This record gives sequence, C-alpha cells and structure tokens, in this order.
Amino acid sequence: MSRTVTKQRKMITTAAAWTIGLIIFFPIYWTILTSFKTEAQAINDPPLFFAFDWTLENYALVQERSDYMKFLWNSVIIAGGSTILGILVAIPAAWSMAFVPSKRTKDVLLWMLSTKMLPAVGVLYPISLIFVEFNLLDTRGGLVVVLMLINLPIIVWMLYTYFKEIPGEILEAARMDGATLKEEILYVLTPMAIPGIASTILLNFILAWNEAFWTLNLTAANAAPLTAFIASYSSPEGLFFAKLSAASTMAITPILILGWFSQKQLVRGLTFGAVK
Amino acid sequence: MSLKSTLCAATALSLITATGAFAADPSATITVATVNNGDMIRMQGYTDKFTEDTGIAVEWVTLEENVLRQRVTTDITTKGGAFDIMTIGMYETPIWGSNGWLVPLDDLSEDYNVGDILPAMAGGLSHDGTLYAAPFYGESSMIMYRTDLMEAAGLEMPDAPTWDFIAEAAAAMTDRDADINGICLRGKAGWGEGGAFITAMSNSFGARWFDMDWNAQFDTEQWANTLNFYKNMMDASGPTGYATNGFNENLSLFNQGKCGMWIDATVAASFVTGDDSTVADSVGFALAPDTGLGKRSNWLWAWALAIPAGTQQEAEAKQFIEWATSTGYIDLVAENEGWANVPPGARTSLYENPNYQAVPFAQMTLDSILSADPNDSTVEPSPYVGIQFAAIPEFAGIATEVSQEFSAAYAGQQTIEEALEKAQAITNDAMEAAGYR
Repeated sequence: MSRTVTKQRKMITTAAAWTIGLIIFFPIYWTILTSFKTEAQAINDPPLFFAFDWTLENYALVQERSDYMKFLWNSVIIAGGSTILGILVAIPAAWSMAFVPSKRTKDVLLWMLSTKMLPAVGVLYPISLIFVEFNLLDTRGGLVVVLMLINLPIIVWMLYTYFKEIPGEILEAARMDGATLKEEILYVLTPMAIPGIASTILLNFILAWNEAFWTLNLTAANAAPLTAFIASYSSPEGLFFAKLSAASTMAITPILILGWFSQKQLVRGLTFGAVK
Repeated sequence: MSLKSTLCAATALSLITATGAFAADPSATITVATVNNGDMIRMQGYTDKFTEDTGIAVEWVTLEENVLRQRVTTDITTKGGAFDIMTIGMYETPIWGSNGWLVPLDDLSEDYNVGDILPAMAGGLSHDGTLYAAPFYGESSMIMYRTDLMEAAGLEMPDAPTWDFIAEAAAAMTDRDADINGICLRGKAGWGEGGAFITAMSNSFGARWFDMDWNAQFDTEQWANTLNFYKNMMDASGPTGYATNGFNENLSLFNQGKCGMWIDATVAASFVTGDDSTVADSVGFALAPDTGLGKRSNWLWAWALAIPAGTQQEAEAKQFIEWATSTGYIDLVAENEGWANVPPGARTSLYENPNYQAVPFAQMTLDSILSADPNDSTVEPSPYVGIQFAAIPEFAGIATEVSQEFSAAYAGQQTIEEALEKAQAITNDAMEAAGYR
C-alpha cells in the first residue's frame, strides 16, 4: 500500500517538476523558435509553433550588421575577469568570517548582502563620475571592477556557507603541522571547498554575463558586451522581433552550453549544506 | 600547473585584456549613438561610403530608444565624452541647447543649405533661434485606414476628419466576429507611448498641460472630455487590452488586418504598405482628427543628430552630420532602395521632388508636419514649447506617472475622474518641488 502511495507521489512530483521546467524553459524555446521566422511570421496571430518556413535570414542579417565576436569577447573578458577577481577577494574574506568570526560577523554579512537591495540607478551618477575621472568609461577594466564589486556580496556569502561546512579541526591540524596562513588557505581550505568554489564561480559568471544595467550605461563602442548587442536590436518603433530573437539566441548560446555541461556542479554547489 | 599559478595566470590575463590591450586607435574615428529605427539602420549600411570619401571611420552604438535616452543623458551631464554624435529628439534638443551641452550648428557649409530644412523641424530643434541638432528624419502623426473596410461601412474618409466622424466610422467598421477592431490607438503607459498620443489628442479638445502660471490643468472639462471620449470609443471599437498597446502592438494588429483605423506616427506608413503587411494594397491616409477648435491631434517629432559640447572631434562630427542629413544622402538612398525608403520629413526639397511626390503617403506626411506647430500647440495659451510634450526637464518624469494613471483608467482599474485627480496632484506637486509654482 505504502509502495503505491510512493509511486503516485513520485509520479506527481515528476509531473510537477516537468511542468515547472517546461514553463521556465518556454520563453527560451520561443525566442529560439522566433529567430527562425520572418518578421511577419513572428507576429502572426495565432502564433506559429512549427508550421512555418524556417529561415536563417535573421542570423545572416545580424551577422552582417554587428560584430558578434567583438561583443562575445568583451562578455568573456568582463564576466571572466570580474569572477576571478571576485573569487580572489572573497576567499580570504569568507575564510576570516567562517573560521575567525567576531561578534559582528553576522551583521557584516547581512550588511554586505543589503547593498544588493540598493537600486543600481541610485548610484549611476557617482559611479559614472568616478569612471569619467579615472578614464574608465568604455573600458573592460572598469567594468571588471564594477561587476566584481556588485557580485562580491553574493560570492562572499556563498563561500562563507561552504566554508562553514568544513571542520575547523582540519585547518587546526594543518596549522599544528606548521602551515602558514597562506598555505592553510591555498593548500588545505581551497582544495576541500573546490565544489563550492566551482559553483560560486559558475553562478557569478552567469550573473556577470547577464548584467545589463552597468554594461549598458558604462560602455560605448569598445567595451560593450553581449547585453549591448541585444539592446541594439530592440525598438519601440518597428517590428524587429525575429532579428531581436536571433540576437538573443546568439547571446545566450555560450552561457546555455556552459550551464549544460556544468549543471551537476552548479546544482551540487547550490544545494550544498541545504539538507543535513 | 599548481592551483596558485593557474589563478595568477588567469588573473593577469584577464586584467591585461580588460585594460584595453585590444582597443582600436581612435584618432580618425567618431562614435555615434543612435536608435534602432529602420532609417538609422539603413544609414549604418552606407557609412562605408562616408569613410571612403572622408577617411573618417564611424563606430556605431545602437540602443533601444529609452536606453539610449538614459545613456546619452548620463554621458552629457557627466561630460563623459563617450560619443561624438548623439541621436536625440525634439524634447531634449532645446533643453540641452539652452544648458550649453550641445555644439551650435550655426556654421554648416553653404552646400548643406540649412534653409532647406522644414521650418517646423528647424524650429523644434533650435533654442533662441540657434540650430542645435540637424534632423535626420521627421515625423508627425496621421490616420492610416483600411479603404476596403471604410467602403464596406458605406463611409468616405475626409482628408481632415473630426473625432466624431472617427468614432462613428470606428463603430461601423468594428466586426468582433471577424476579429476586426474599428480603431487601434496607443494606451500604453510611458510619456513617449500613450502619454504622447493622449497629449496630442487633448490639444484638439482644447486641453493643455499647464496654464501660463504653470498650474496643472487636469481638473478642467477639456481633459475630462478627452479621456472620456477616448475611453468610450476604445471600449466600443478598440482591441482587447488596448491599455497596454503601444506603437509595435498596433502595427502588428494593423498589418494582420485587425484594425480599421490606426492613428500614429507617419513613419508607420512605409511599414503598413510594406512587404510585411497583409493589407498593404488597401491603406489610405488622412490628417489626424480635430474637434473644430482649430488644433488637430497630430504631433511633431524628429530624430536628429547633435554634437555634445566637449567632444574632441567636433570638425569630423560636423562633417558626418552634413553628410548624413544632406540631400546627397537622400539621393544615395533613393538610388539604391527607392524613394519610399528615403528618410522623410526633414527637407523641403524632398517634397518638391516629383519622384517623391509619387510615393502614396508623401503628401499626407508633409501636410501633417506642416499642420503641427510646437510653438502654438494649444487652443488656450500655454507657457511651454512642444505638442505631445512640454519641453521642460521635469516633463518626462511627470508624464510617465500621469500616463500610468491614465492607462489604469483605460484598463478599468480606476475611473477617469480618479485618474485626472491623481494626475492633477502629481503634476502640481512636481512643479512646486521644481520651483515653477
């Protein structure tokens, strides 16, 4: 009897998971599908699911009009650079909070996270003025620093959570064996926290890849990443949905591939410590 | 390789590349910020010709209209210097010109023939008589209607109809079973979307945003008449969910044969008669309607090229503007893509050209532009310049909020009276805070 209930539950859970998964995936699916339609087919009512003349014309037009590789390269540099820099700053910070906590560590963590609640536009002018003063406008270096700082609270928080799961006695043993602080973090803590660090890197890379406010407002022609590439195909006066969909598909493809191959690590990292 | 070395190498590589090792030499390059409109995109395709002739390379930054507005505003107010040319409209130009943020275009060459720019456009892009932006293309708004449906309804569209006729025709053309809506109009919140439409419409009903002392006027009968007329007509003959429809949504409906009439930007004429339209062969044009008070409900807008003050490449930027907004550029496009595709609404000579006169919507576009006067847009006197906007810096923020209240009323979330009461309070509060009252 109990076996039947378990089976039913399993079926319901599976069906619910598939339904939610399909709902979440539908906008991506629709974007990809629209990218293969003509502009007239893209706005057809009722919507066309499969019965239309598939075309690669939008991809050809987008390629002809925009230097996709330049945008892609900028995205890779900005997302990759900010992630690496963020991890380098966050590992020592998270170590100190996890293993040498003070009375105010929790408050500091909460305060760091609270900065994420500030609307970005509220600091647009101060940041822009700093960028102008230091000639950082439209440079990849400037964006690497800004995106690193924006995502730092999340990186520190995630690493702190992973580090807390590691027994402090192991680090103590390393210290007793004569390891310096640097060696303790580099050769003992970091290898043990590799799954957590990997998922933090992946998540931060995705966040930086998708970041649109700062990448649009602090770039022009040189450092603009794929978010600017997509924005250049959006228009409130003219129907360019098929071209916009082609540009969007080209922009999300690299991150979809990365996510597909690293989903195990991502899920493992994100659920690390969730169930004890 | 150890973990430490890997991290060091990766960091070094990312920082080296990030700090601009791949930046291009900017000495002979100008950067132009522009919007993603058909005419602008077409211009990008001809840039090689300009580079060939002058040796000046052009980098394009194309953004969606609202993103572009935020981006160039930030750049110009912080003196960022990211752009040598900015594509801006009639709203920004006089304000930025008066602030000294733009280079005056008062020394353009004789060949350029500034006098050929349509007076309405030149007026809207000037401050104190000085031109601050050169119009690339201009637009007004007009009625686009289905000639076949109008005929089937037993009606004939006058060249200059009244709102009463439009409401009557809309009701007669509506066929809910066949999914045909008599009329499609903007209702979407946003000062440049539904806000622009209802403001232009209100002019024809005798309404205005402010009296001469900058007091809000939403508590007047004229505004109540405007909104009630709009809502009653749209509820009876408009598409479902019209409160969230903007230009693109209505274009989509019209092109699929689901609108009897559509009142919107004149640039839409080439879309509804183009290849993507299923009703291209049965579209007629007429002036935007009025109520007999002497003002029609059409607006005036131009996308224009301006040079931010402080650019290091002013001479090159001027050279580009002279090329892109010249009659030579119009000829270039006409030669390659036909007269229907040239940028409209900027130059008088275009409308004197017999080749262009043969384009079906050319004359009505010109008539619409000529009937719009940003310096005298309201029946009763008003202290502001602009037809679908008031050219003051505070307007965009106020009008966005007001249009949200109007859209909520269209959607039935509140009454017209409530929306107007809120609009009155929002506007007066903002104007008081800004020191106008």
